[in-house]
Parts: sequence; structure tokens; C-alpha cells
Amino acid sequence: MDSQVKNTAITGAEIVIRCLNEEKVKFVFGYPGGAVLHIYDEIYKQNGFKHILVRHEQAAVHAADAFSRATGEVGVALVTSGPGATNAVTGIATAYMDSIPIVVISGQVPVPAIGMDAFQEVDMVGITRPCVKHNFLVKDVKDIAATIKKAFYIAATGRPGPVVVDIPKDITAHLAEFIYPKTVEMRSYNPVLKGHSGQIKKAIKLLLEAKRPMIYTGGGLVLGDGAEELIKLAQTLNYPVTNTLMGLGGYPATDKQFVGMLGMHGTYEANMAMQNCDVLIAIGARFDDRVIGNPTHFLSQKRTIIHIDVDPSSISKRVKVDVPIVGHVKSVLLEMNEVLKAEDTKNDISKWWKQIDEWRGVKSLLYKNSDTVIKPQYVIEKLWEVTKGDAYVTSDVGQHQMWAAQYYKFDKPRRWINSGGLGTMGVGLPYAMGCQFADKNAQVACVTGEGSIQMNIQELSTCAQYGLPIKVILLNNRYLGMVRQWQEFFYENRYSESYMDSLPDFVKLAESYGHIGMQITNPSDVEGALKEAFAKKDKFVFMDFITDQDENVFPMIANGKGLSEMIMGKDNKHREELE
Amino acid sequence: MKHIISILIENEAGALSRVAGLFSARGYNIESLTVAATEDATMSRMTIVTSGSDEVIEQIIKQLNKLVDVVKVIDLNDGKFIERELMLVKVKATAQYREEMKRMCDIFRGRIIDVADGSFTIELTGSGSKLDAFIESLDNTAILETVRTGASGIGRGDRILKV
Repeated sequence: MDSQVKNTAITGAEIVIRCLNEEKVKFVFGYPGGAVLHIYDEIYKQNGFKHILVRHEQAAVHAADAFSRATGEVGVALVTSGPGATNAVTGIATAYMDSIPIVVISGQVPVPAIGMDAFQEVDMVGITRPCVKHNFLVKDVKDIAATIKKAFYIAATGRPGPVVVDIPKDITAHLAEFIYPKTVEMRSYNPVLKGHSGQIKKAIKLLLEAKRPMIYTGGGLVLGDGAEELIKLAQTLNYPVTNTLMGLGGYPATDKQFVGMLGMHGTYEANMAMQNCDVLIAIGARFDDRVIGNPTHFLSQKRTIIHIDVDPSSISKRVKVDVPIVGHVKSVLLEMNEVLKAEDTKNDISKWWKQIDEWRGVKSLLYKNSDTVIKPQYVIEKLWEVTKGDAYVTSDVGQHQMWAAQYYKFDKPRRWINSGGLGTMGVGLPYAMGCQFADKNAQVACVTGEGSIQMNIQELSTCAQYGLPIKVILLNNRYLGMVRQWQEFFYENRYSESYMDSLPDFVKLAESYGHIGMQITNPSDVEGALKEAFAKKDKFVFMDFITDQDENVFPMIANGKGLSEMIMGKDNKHREELE
Repeated sequence: MKHIISILIENEAGALSRVAGLFSARGYNIESLTVAATEDATMSRMTIVTSGSDEVIEQIIKQLNKLVDVVKVIDLNDGKFIERELMLVKVKATAQYREEMKRMCDIFRGRIIDVADGSFTIELTGSGSKLDAFIESLDNTAILETVRTGASGIGRGDRILKV
């Protein structure tokens, strides 16, 4: 650790700002308060980054998280102590579950007040310990720079994740020289990057001998920027590819080798191929409960599994793996493609493709459109058409999220932004903000429900302040749709507390913030309304689509069931033979 | 099966709670946990006695390695090792017990480190199972108090856990 800049002593607050500038941070999403006043005073005096004032700390963290998802850079949020810090926790846990690199700086009460139950005191390091990759409490002004350097390094390397830096107020007033380390060396933290060459060769051999191969990729592939190499690998081999919810966009959805998303609401062909393949390569995915359902059922069929992941603890966690490859997905895939160049890649799997095409013939995403009531799936299909498949699509959590994942065909990585792991309602609007800041000219659509949008609706104000031309696509079915769907299937239609009563007039609400509000009730108006909204390139448009109340998400795998035990939609003519 | 896991961890505030928190959050079981600084003051050595299937133990090791403060982890059960635990037992040593307690203490190679009118305090070291055996061999009503440190472990011979 050598000095880069030597100068006279400055305050801890200024050191924080200088560190963020050294990290080339463009945006800090935050909310001021007592414990961070020194830092905010320095923000006032600087112009290295832009501070975005949100309306609730949770949204600050979500926006920083989305900024990272969209760009691959580390997102930054700044909150005060106590309630500011606790409000940030849901955002931090959301980023943690999806392995998103963010740095959250929280204010803390002055060091002598720690442990005294001081005003706005909370043990932030203690509260966030289970939902961060790492956290720090800085107790000496001389440690601020090295700690922030470490925080950015830890957040972005290995399996990424959120890092919290808790800084007591008095420390931000103390003086120290600013010395920003050029590099970080930690004897306790050395993530593996390169995959084991022997394992890679073994994997290639297995793949080339496969009769029924399958490529299954997740969020890790997107985060590890491995999409380009995956396309090369998949297309050299001509093997089928499925993506998890978090992995959408990792492989182009409009390509013929793509069999759709898999899992609880995955396509029939993806789930059947996953269940029946003989060699499976998992890349940056973790066989979680929403993906393979019941692991015993999954393992009842024999197959050889190759698993590439940067995190060794993801390998053989739920499913025993035959060929583990620990390494950065991009580096491993590059090496695999290199090895493949010297191999004869002709492996005739036409019988397997024929089988997959038969499963495709089931058309599991088929739904019956209506000319009287708006079908939510139809809105998403039209959204895809109108935005030419090139929008950043954020979603909240529930039925609308699944429909967006099923019907919007993502061809590029980092375009589908949602909370897959924690399943946090309320992320949609702040996620859209993060995306719009990441790419100010991009089309950004926030697909949401009337339940979710109200969990962070205060951010309509932030959107107005910064003139963000987001388009909110509210699929308003007056129900907590996914809760209602489960109650219909598993609780004999007892719709306990799942009806959203006393909804606001969303058009007027949007207008009261200076936005444009639209309500669409007629299916024939859907396309026109979307075109009209997206034509308003510099306006925030809130589109309230009044949709079918009874629509359910299909296919569906019930809790505890296996991949091949899907429930199909009522409009699917194969429903009976499949059940 | 019982496993003894040895960890070298940065001697930072909160390091212990990161390890303890990991075990509770993921539902792993801790039979005992001991920790103290090593000859290098910047590092602590922790010994955790846990149990679980091979898959669970594999996950425990991986999850411990994932903690940013953890420098090294080994499962002592992967090779030959020595396990020692210290126990202090206060027993009744009234007339009827006095001779018997002295004899039991000798058999288990313990030491009487405090003598009072009605009681002895016995210091005993050994593997966890030896300490268990000592407790079992005493008349239950004669035991006034026990305190155990939890196991410490070290590899035999050339097996060394060091940075």
C-alpha cells in the first residue's frame, strides 16, 4: 500500500468524497441525516459525482443496485445512522441474494456514544452481518481510505455482493492525510479466477459425448459478463440453452437454440429438457428451489453435471455435481472455447432436438387473448414489440414479474432487472431509476403490480426531480396476484387479505407529481397507448392497465414437486394429457 | 459424525460473531467453540466441534472459507490429530466421598487444584470423550459444578495450520 497522493490533512468527510472520486463513482444515491452531515457538507462542495436524493433509503440502495446490474459497475448508496441504516437493510439484503456489487456508506453515532443507546443509534454492522458480503465499522479517520478501497474491491471481485462501511460522525470530522492505496492485498481474501484446466478438458469431453446435452445458465453468467462466450460455446456445439429468471438475456431469447426460462414458471420444453438431459452444464447458476423444485425428484433421473461457478460454496450445495469448475465464468468459458477449437465438435444430437421440438409443440405459454378484457401477457408481448425488444425492463415481485420474464424476449444481458433471490416487492420503480441514470437515453419500462408499486411509490417524486423518462407498466388486477393464485390452487379460493382495496387513482396520482398518467381498459387500446407513451421520450408516463383479475401464471410447478410435474394453463389444449 | 474444524481468522472486532452468525443462520450445529489469539497477535485460532453429514461438513468448510476475515480452514478429521479439552469439576468431598474422589481423580490423571472442607476442585484435561467418561463415572449427586473449555485441536506430526 503506497501513497498515491500526499497532501495536508483533511477531514474524514472529505476523505470519503475523495475516495469515491478515486473509484470514479458517477452517482451516489442517498438521503441526508444527522450522522452524515459532515459528508453532505463535502458533497455540497464537490462535483466529482452526482448525488441523487431519493425519498426513502430503501430506494437509494435499490437504485444503486440497479445501476450496478445495468452497468456492471459498483453502485453506491449513502444513508444516515439509525432509521436511515435500517431502511437500507431491505435493499442490502436484496443485493446480497442476487450477488450485486454495491457499497453502502452509513453514518454512525460518534465513537464515544456507541453502545450508549444514543439518538439514532443502531448496530449497523450487527444488523447487516448476515446480508452483506462484508462490512466494516471505521473507528479511526486514518482507516477511512483503506477501508473504502477494500470495500470496493471486495464488492466487485469473486462472487460480488454488497459491502457496508459504517462511519461514526466524529470520525468524519477528524483530520488525516489522504492516502489512497493503489492496490488491495488481503491474506484472507483471494478469489479464484481461472478454472482448473484438467476439469475444463474433462467437461469438454463429456459435452462432446453427450446424447442429450443441456446448457443451463443463471445470474452468475450475466454478472460475470460471460454472455458473448456462452453464445460462442452454445453455437459451436448447437446445444439447447435455458436461462434462469436471473439469467435472462444471458443467451438471446429469440435464438432458435433458446428453450425459454426454466423453473417454477418455466416453459414446458426447458423443464422437460432439464429433467431428461444426460449431460448438464450449469454456468453461474445454483440449482435453487425455484429452479429445480424438489431435488430428490430431480436426482431420480441420472445425468452427469458440470458446474462452473466463482463461488465454491454454490457447488454441490443442493445437488451433487460430477465435474466442479471453480472460476470466473468468462475466463472458464474462454478457455473452453479455446479447447473446443482443437476438437471435432460434430456431435449429432438431432434426435434430442426432435424431442425438444415436440415439447415445444405443447406451446406452454399459450394463452387465450380477449377483446373485452386486457390480458397481462398481451401487454408484455406488445411492450416487447413497441420497444423492439431493446428496453431495460425492471419488475417488482409477483405475477407481473413472471409474465414479464416469460413474454419479454431478452436478447441482451443486463436488460432484465428484478429481485430474483429475495423477491422484494417495491424494487421496480427504484430499479427503473437506477437503469435510467445508467443510460439516460435508454427506454426503461417498469413492469409492476398495484401491490408492489405502492411499496415505493414515493419515488415518483424523485423521478420528477431528475426528469427521468421512465414508463411504468402497471398490470392492475386489483389483487396481490401471486398470493391470490396460490390461494386459488392450494387454499380452496379463500382469498385471505389478497384483494387490494381503496386503490388510488393512479392517473391523478402520477399527474400530481407532474407526470403523465394514462389508464387503459380496452385491449384494442394497448398497443396504441404503449406507442404513445414511448414516443414521449422525455416524459415519465404512468400507464395503469386494468387487466383480467382471474389470470394465472402458467406453467407452474407446485412447491415440493419435480420439474416434469407442471400444471398447465386452462387454454392449453394439452393440459389434460400432461396432467 | 463429529468433526473438529480449525480456523485461522483475522483478529478483528466482530470476527467471532461472523463465524457464530454463519452457524446459526445456516442451521449448522456447534458443540463447542474456542478462540484465542495466536503467536501472531493479528490472528486468532478457533476450534469448532460440529457434527453433520459429509455434505453438511463440506458446506460448512466452504461457507467458512467464504467469510472475508477467515484466512484458513481445515477439517482436522481429514487426517491424524490431537484433541484436548480442559474441565474443572467441583465435587462433594465430605467424609463419605473424600477418598473416593481422590481415587477417581488419580485414575483419570486429574489434579485436585482446590481443597475445601466439603469439596474438591479437580482439573482434568483430555479428549471430550475422556471428560465425558469421568463425569459418568462419578456419582451424579456428588457433582456440584462443572465447567469445560470446549475442545482445542492440532494436527499430528507435519500437519501444520499456518499462514
